[in-house]
Amino acid sequence: MTTTATAAELSSRPVPPLGGFSFTVLKLEIRRLLRNRRTVIFALVTPSIFFLLFGLNAAYANESAGKGNVSAFILISMALYGSVLATTSGGAMISIERAQGWTRQLRLTPLSPLAYVVTKMLTSMVLGFVSVLAVYIVGFATHKPSMAGYLWIVTALCVWIGALVFAPFGLFLGYLLPTENVMQFMGFIMILLAFGGGLFVPLSQYPHALQVLAKFTPLYGVNQLVHWPLTGGAMDVWWVVNAVAWLAIFTAGAVWRFRKDTARV
Amino acid sequence: MPPVMTFVMGNSRRTSLEYLRGLGHAGHMTTTDPVRGQDPRADSGSPPAVWLQDLSKNFGHVQAVRHVDLTIEQGEVVAFLGPNGAGKTSTIDMILGLSTPSGGEVSVLGMTPQYAIRRGLVSAVMQTGGLLKDLTVGETAQYTASLFAQGADVPAALRRAGIAEIADRRVGKCSGGEQQRLRFAMALLSDPELLILDEPTTGMDVEGRREFWSSIRHDADRGRTVLFATHYLEEADAYADRIVLIRKGEIVADGTSAQVKSLASGRTVRATLPGATEQALRSVPGADSIEIRGETVLIHSGDADKVARYLLTETGAHDLEITSRGLEEAFLALTGDDDNTGGNR
Repeated sequence: MTTTATAAELSSRPVPPLGGFSFTVLKLEIRRLLRNRRTVIFALVTPSIFFLLFGLNAAYANESAGKGNVSAFILISMALYGSVLATTSGGAMISIERAQGWTRQLRLTPLSPLAYVVTKMLTSMVLGFVSVLAVYIVGFATHKPSMAGYLWIVTALCVWIGALVFAPFGLFLGYLLPTENVMQFMGFIMILLAFGGGLFVPLSQYPHALQVLAKFTPLYGVNQLVHWPLTGGAMDVWWVVNAVAWLAIFTAGAVWRFRKDTARV
Repeated sequence: MPPVMTFVMGNSRRTSLEYLRGLGHAGHMTTTDPVRGQDPRADSGSPPAVWLQDLSKNFGHVQAVRHVDLTIEQGEVVAFLGPNGAGKTSTIDMILGLSTPSGGEVSVLGMTPQYAIRRGLVSAVMQTGGLLKDLTVGETAQYTASLFAQGADVPAALRRAGIAEIADRRVGKCSGGEQQRLRFAMALLSDPELLILDEPTTGMDVEGRREFWSSIRHDADRGRTVLFATHYLEEADAYADRIVLIRKGEIVADGTSAQVKSLASGRTVRATLPGATEQALRSVPGADSIEIRGETVLIHSGDADKVARYLLTETGAHDLEITSRGLEEAFLALTGDDDNTGGNR
């Protein structure tokens, strides 16, 4: 016969700690991201190919750039491009999950929206790290980039941390765009921002008006900062202001959309 | 144990249910007895699985759910039966805490929906969506299982849903029926006390539908409370102990499936009987509902012979006719649009 549970028995059921955050989910999320061919091509293959195309040109590759050569400078740019794509796409995947009704499904589990976002952020960080690693390994294998051994490690870490500025940007896009095509849209935006930040072409080659405009784009500050260990010299406060301001703007946007999304409860 | 069948009639609305009017004694009746009528959160015993009081949901000017009162005890298997757009999904969304009521109260196992969900006490199989195409069946179940505090047996849930052999298949490559079974497996993971299914067999073929229901029924036999929404009368009849008929956001009938079936499948005795009053006709043996139109009386009954015999021998009724209609037709009459029957709202 059926047995009924008393109120005390029912409320004695445990609630998971940390809002339902689990390493199993993190592991599955990373596996998912690496399984996504488009993400892997965007974040790992494209920047490596860009380095091979632009970073080995005999016309300028061996010219000096601060404490290393131009090839090393381009290596850092491409690693930044790849890891920024990686961190952005991690957050932007939320858009796809919303379209597929997955976030709604998760609301029928103990997973808190915050734990979900934290999982996404951590997933992005892992992919960002893999991206930096891939580009640096390709660069190292070509023997072209030249900089001191410690600079390889320092710049790689700087790129990885710098790319985190874009993790909330991905979240913002993920919550803002209802489309399943968010990845194509994001890829296009990132190319524009990469040009604006001087990742593909040195800003000094732009007309003056564009140079001024470029200093306000989101990748400018981060790009200058991650190159700084290599280029040396005086640090421009504007770089920090640019990076922090964009981080604040993206975070505010993500929080705003996130609140709006979870308010439907 | 389902409560005695009652009919809740709208106050001002004349419906196609008009002919059943004899059954609802008062203008407005509810199924809740005085004890259950209290807020179950204050109750120290076994709280009801679902408790809705005066629940309403509006979308702009559309009233999707109108003042619904409903109590489902633990262990019941209840069908929420009604046509598309009757308010079934809107009601379920509120029971699951996916949307906020415009008015009234919801309690699930004596707590708010969010509390019950955090403890894994309630789970649901939704109609569509809610799956990631790029995960495999097994990974999806593993993902869901890891979110709950109590460790869940993933292989066992997949077995019980009948999808253990496709655990390595990508969700995007699964058929609609397989995806639905995966949703069912996911819903079993937390070992919930209450399982809610929203039109779970939409898009399945007859065979798939039968197999799916046999899994559910097998599971319900272990004492789990099950609430499912459907617009198929046969499904409600075959798998539920109790049927709650919903129409235009209101509960129009609530009883055992046998009661609803006899109501829907009975016959109507029509006769001319001048001077008949509702009160007099209520004593006709076997009458389920009575309608008087001038000199004509219409009596709906599961035992039309008995009614006819009584009318012909004990009253002055003449010109007697007995008509029947199909189950489906009767169900449509119960839940259909009153514009078709010339009633007003």
